Amino acid sequence: MTTTAAHPLSPGARTLQRCRAEGRAALVGYLPVGFPSVAGSIEAMVAMVAAGADIVEVGVPYSDPLMDGPVIQRATEAALAAGTRVEDAFAAVRAVTDAGAAAYVMTYWNLVLRRGVERFAAELAAAGGSGLITPDLIPDEAARWLAAAQAHNLDRVFLVAPSSTPERLTIATSACRGFVYAASTMGVTGTRETVGSAAEAVVERTRAVTELPVCVGLGVSNQAQAADVARFADGVIVGSALVRALGEGGIPALEALTRQLAAGVREGGR
Amino acid sequence: MTESGTGSAGRFGKFGGRYVPEALIPALEQLDEVRRKAMVDPEFGGELDRLHRTYTGRPSIITEVPRFAEHCGGARVLLKREDLNHTGSHKINNVLGQALLAKRMGKKRVIAETGAGQHGVATATAAALLGLDCIVYMGAIDTRRQALNVARMRLLGAEVIAVTNGSQTLKDAVNEALRDWVANVDSTHYILGTVTGPHPFPEMVRDFHRIIGVEARAQVLDLVGRLPDAVLACVGGGSNAMGIFHRFLDDASVRLVGLEAGGDGVASGRHAARFSGGTRGVLHGASTYVLQDVDGQTVESHSVSAGLDYPSVGPEHAHLFETGRAEYRPVTDDEAMEAFRLLCRTEGIIPAIESAHALAGAMALGLELGPEGLMLVSLSGRGDKDVHTAAAWFGLLDDSGTGDPGGRT
Repeated sequence: MTTTAAHPLSPGARTLQRCRAEGRAALVGYLPVGFPSVAGSIEAMVAMVAAGADIVEVGVPYSDPLMDGPVIQRATEAALAAGTRVEDAFAAVRAVTDAGAAAYVMTYWNLVLRRGVERFAAELAAAGGSGLITPDLIPDEAARWLAAAQAHNLDRVFLVAPSSTPERLTIATSACRGFVYAASTMGVTGTRETVGSAAEAVVERTRAVTELPVCVGLGVSNQAQAADVARFADGVIVGSALVRALGEGGIPALEALTRQLAAGVREGGR
Repeated sequence: MTESGTGSAGRFGKFGGRYVPEALIPALEQLDEVRRKAMVDPEFGGELDRLHRTYTGRPSIITEVPRFAEHCGGARVLLKREDLNHTGSHKINNVLGQALLAKRMGKKRVIAETGAGQHGVATATAAALLGLDCIVYMGAIDTRRQALNVARMRLLGAEVIAVTNGSQTLKDAVNEALRDWVANVDSTHYILGTVTGPHPFPEMVRDFHRIIGVEARAQVLDLVGRLPDAVLACVGGGSNAMGIFHRFLDDASVRLVGLEAGGDGVASGRHAARFSGGTRGVLHGASTYVLQDVDGQTVESHSVSAGLDYPSVGPEHAHLFETGRAEYRPVTDDEAMEAFRLLCRTEGIIPAIESAHALAGAMALGLELGPEGLMLVSLSGRGDKDVHTAAAWFGLLDDSGTGDPGGRT
């Protein structure tokens, strides 16, 4: 991680640095804005921060979420049906930041394109956001986003996957800033019984080509899995399990799971 | 508002590209490499050519339709008869090519999306022929609208999965197929059914359909001794249109006219006319024209024709539209069904409702061209699958669907 006076580390990057200094992985929690309502989702994100999430991934509901499994699909469909708008994500980012955590926005690319890449970046920066996670944008197509991110000092988080070749790992990680999002498995978001060995292997291969922190997402749902992934990753990203907890048990269930996951990332200390 | 990218792969002007998860990039690169080699490999070309001749029934003929042409301002009208292909539409051209590529890549499982069921049926057919496992994703609403095609696919040995999320139609079937592909990409090839999606699909699917225009251009020259004034085709994703247009791209005198589904009329908002009512955007892996709201959420399309009922369009069409090389016109449900009825009554040919949009386009363009005009129309599919829809539209069935119209007995 390098920094200059002109481009100081983002809040998210500083959080990852602090967690590393504490000898543990960071807990990154995903929730979509607008589920169960805009106000309810923001309240849930703030509660998640209080319960131990170091970083919040603010999801923007999209009509065609091709990287998401059933749990997040249903939540984001409900959010859209209730009238959730893209700008609601910026309000959520502001709330998370005010609560003392770093916020990244996770969004499908067409929503950024439609708003205008430059405008989206400016609004995200103004809300205190650390950057964007882009599940359907590869660096090869990202010229305008990279320029806007540079101009607004935002992190750009691209994904790598178990299928990534060494060449693709280099392309993806050299375009990243803040951290690298490593997909633990080939597939879409959703809880899984086990987080396979593919996750550790992709992290290892990613570390071979970058100094950036590597956070692992897809499939982590409980304390034991969080502890397991925390052994080898800089951050443990949890989405579907938190969304399900919020949907089924409201904020108390969300807080309880967050506390367990926060304990998990501390057990797995490296 | 375009994303110009950095000279990335598979661009048609500013459109195309690869807007997909990184996890799929290695598979797309492998596919690109394998299809490039195959296209110059005499063994692959020979095998595909043999299947065209002995299985699909190519070359498909052209048919002059003078009695229909009387309703087209007297201009001459020639139909390119893709409806006569095995499985009843142009879709088989692409499917056989991709299924052969799947075998070359050692992939034993193929998946496909389908709306009306034509591409699903074609894929199930090719999978049966070549001994591949086949899964077809179809919106739950479409499985009810097209129950007969679901049965056809199952007869052919395919598993049909009804997609119950989102709008439960074609776009959601594409999403689900992409999710399957991400999870099973080692063993699976995704036989995408039209000229959209991430590179190399738009170019590859076009190349497999290019035979339509190659044959038709020679057939028209043979029959008439000159090039047509216009080539017309319906445009959903746009595969039959790209297939027939491509050979004519360099013939500057030939107008290329794509007919989109105007549904209840573009002004009604209930349509699938991306070039009249859409804007630049990204959907299903390609930068193109999309029906979307102010936030960039996809807006559902509407058409009497399931095969044209899609909110996006192939990126090469977006390029031809913006450069002006092709023109795109909306055709309403009413206009398409009138053309459907006319072709049945004047020529004894029942067209697919998709193709009827091209016929309606010819009726309008013929009036502009006059009696000296010569039009080549892609009759991309036959209407067997649409008999129920058409019968309901024209009130040919009684409520019990027994073919016994009330009041006539």
